[in-house]
Amino acid sequence: MNTITSPDTLLEVRDLRVRFATANGSAAAVDGASFDIRRREVLGIVGESGSGKSVTLRSILRLSAIGGEVSGSVIWAGRDLMSLSEREMRTIRGREISMIFQEPMTALNPVLTVGEQIRDNLEEHTTLNAEQRRQRAVELLELVGIADPDKRIHDYPHEFSGGMRQRVMIAIALASSPKLLLADEPTTALDVTIQDQVLKLILRLRDELDMGVILVTHDLGVVAQTCDRVVVMYAGRVVESGPVVDVFARPQHAYTLGLLNSVPLAHKSKKTLQPIPGTPPDIGDRPPGCPFAPRCSFATDECDSQPPMKQVSEDHRAACWHHEKVAEGSRAA
Amino acid sequence: MDDPDNPLLQVSGIHKSFPMPMSILARVRGRERAAVKALRGVTFSVRRGETLGIVGESGCGKSTLARALVRLLTIDDGRIIFDGDDVLSLKGADLRQYNRRVQLVFQDPFSSLNPRMTVGQTLREALAVHNICAPSSIPQRIADLLVLVGLPRDAADRFPFEFSGGQRQRIGIARALSVEPECLIADEIVSALDVSIQAQIINLLMDLQARLKLTLIFVSHDLRVVRYVSHRVAVMYLGKIVEIGETENLFRQPIHPYTSALLAAAPDLDPAKKSTVDAVQGELPSALNVPMGCSFHPRCPKAVDLCRTHAPAEIQTAEGHNAACHLPNTYP
Repeated sequence: MNTITSPDTLLEVRDLRVRFATANGSAAAVDGASFDIRRREVLGIVGESGSGKSVTLRSILRLSAIGGEVSGSVIWAGRDLMSLSEREMRTIRGREISMIFQEPMTALNPVLTVGEQIRDNLEEHTTLNAEQRRQRAVELLELVGIADPDKRIHDYPHEFSGGMRQRVMIAIALASSPKLLLADEPTTALDVTIQDQVLKLILRLRDELDMGVILVTHDLGVVAQTCDRVVVMYAGRVVESGPVVDVFARPQHAYTLGLLNSVPLAHKSKKTLQPIPGTPPDIGDRPPGCPFAPRCSFATDECDSQPPMKQVSEDHRAACWHHEKVAEGSRAA
Repeated sequence: MDDPDNPLLQVSGIHKSFPMPMSILARVRGRERAAVKALRGVTFSVRRGETLGIVGESGCGKSTLARALVRLLTIDDGRIIFDGDDVLSLKGADLRQYNRRVQLVFQDPFSSLNPRMTVGQTLREALAVHNICAPSSIPQRIADLLVLVGLPRDAADRFPFEFSGGQRQRIGIARALSVEPECLIADEIVSALDVSIQAQIINLLMDLQARLKLTLIFVSHDLRVVRYVSHRVAVMYLGKIVEIGETENLFRQPIHPYTSALLAAAPDLDPAKKSTVDAVQGELPSALNVPMGCSFHPRCPKAVDLCRTHAPAEIQTAEGHNAACHLPNTYP
């Protein structure tokens, strides 16, 4: 992709590939993903299970599972994270870039109080003394909306509800004042009213702390309500990216259009949903051309070869040979 | 739709609580045993051929309700009338017959299918137990069922692990339909599926309902899906139905503040509808310790003293649209 990096760019991912060994040879979980995130932006990465969205996110911090072969580059503040030593990486991971996960109960340490866990992070990543760390931990809990923070600091993770645990995890992630927060399905396990609260908390913190957020989700509604730009992934590839408003109003990739048509809409009358036929290809058995072609109603012979990522309007890109037809189709619907 | 005065299924005042384990010390001290109050007086009816959606957040009792309806668990109090019969007093052959007529489909099709039985064996067992057809015509019947739910014919010889999540859910539906039920209870059947597969299963379910004239109780936490499939919707909160009504009435003009909050919290697909205000404050209270008065009052923006002390009675704003609230939303 021949993009000129703008001064606003916070992080650049270029041609990221992650391969895992399987029983039938190696398979690419991520197959050449490229995207940027800008300052103060919430970028959504959306896709179905197996699309490679979580592996992409983890690979930014080099957290992909053992045995994974990673290539490509991740440019952060002028340095390629892929070429740093593990020791240098530790000054970035959890300090400049933090991460939160779907299941806070497994990400938090059950035998340490939340105060100890926040203080550990502060000790590792800041120069505060013990008393300052204690104070900062209380402030952080207050920041993420936990009532009575000076009492709750002594509680263990199991004493918090699911939504509150997610807030605690956010507080730990924010301890080092990161410039970028990576969030892997942070609200998927939460009830809808609690999800709403946590997403709005993330948006508020983005404004207050001036950080970028990459939010991985499978829920298009969450993208619409939370993100500024979106990257759509399918079978390990980025198939479309652009501002949320443009992508939702005029999708340029048949897969994005299919996803949007699969969601029941309130304002449309009860016409039959238009699901995408079939299932995503198996990771070890992807078609050589466009990975979506076997399920795509727009597919032609051309789709046997890999479509390039094409700029369709300012900031909006899609890897689809038939993006014009798709865009027309989305307008007609 | 059938005569509304003569519903297929009538549920009134059902209660169910699950007592918590208790230590010997607590027993010696004479403490009262704590209990999760999962259902606290649930009343509704379902007409023949209708789809009733049941929505609510975790712990509201919706899955307990689904299980109680098929007698997978015994309820503490209340009545369930199905087609004129008192379900709770059924025994032996009558109970088996009821279990054939009302089928439950589970959320996780992998844990509800026997991993060591082929799809054909699973279906054959259901057909044989209920004597649905002559043994000689079972293979044909299995083939028909697979076609009905959109699975390949050779699926009968394969094991559950060989299928994707969506296909497994189709197997679960085929098994439920194999015994020719009149009423299908679907408990979160699309929640574990990806959105494109979810749409396939929803379409299948609606198509089957129309073709087989099924009565459907659709339990889900997903408001978009419930709105799409249901004729009527019941909203549950902490073991009670707080609002019930025709789908579009309920979604366009919710009476209960909890329904309004739930609708506002569900992320809309339209990026223009972004909001920065929380739809509702606070967290779900524990079902071990349900608040006094209206159970929603600790989170309700409108709550007054009355709500803290007295449980609200059910009010009706339109034909068939009821809610239990002291301060219902009003519309001009």
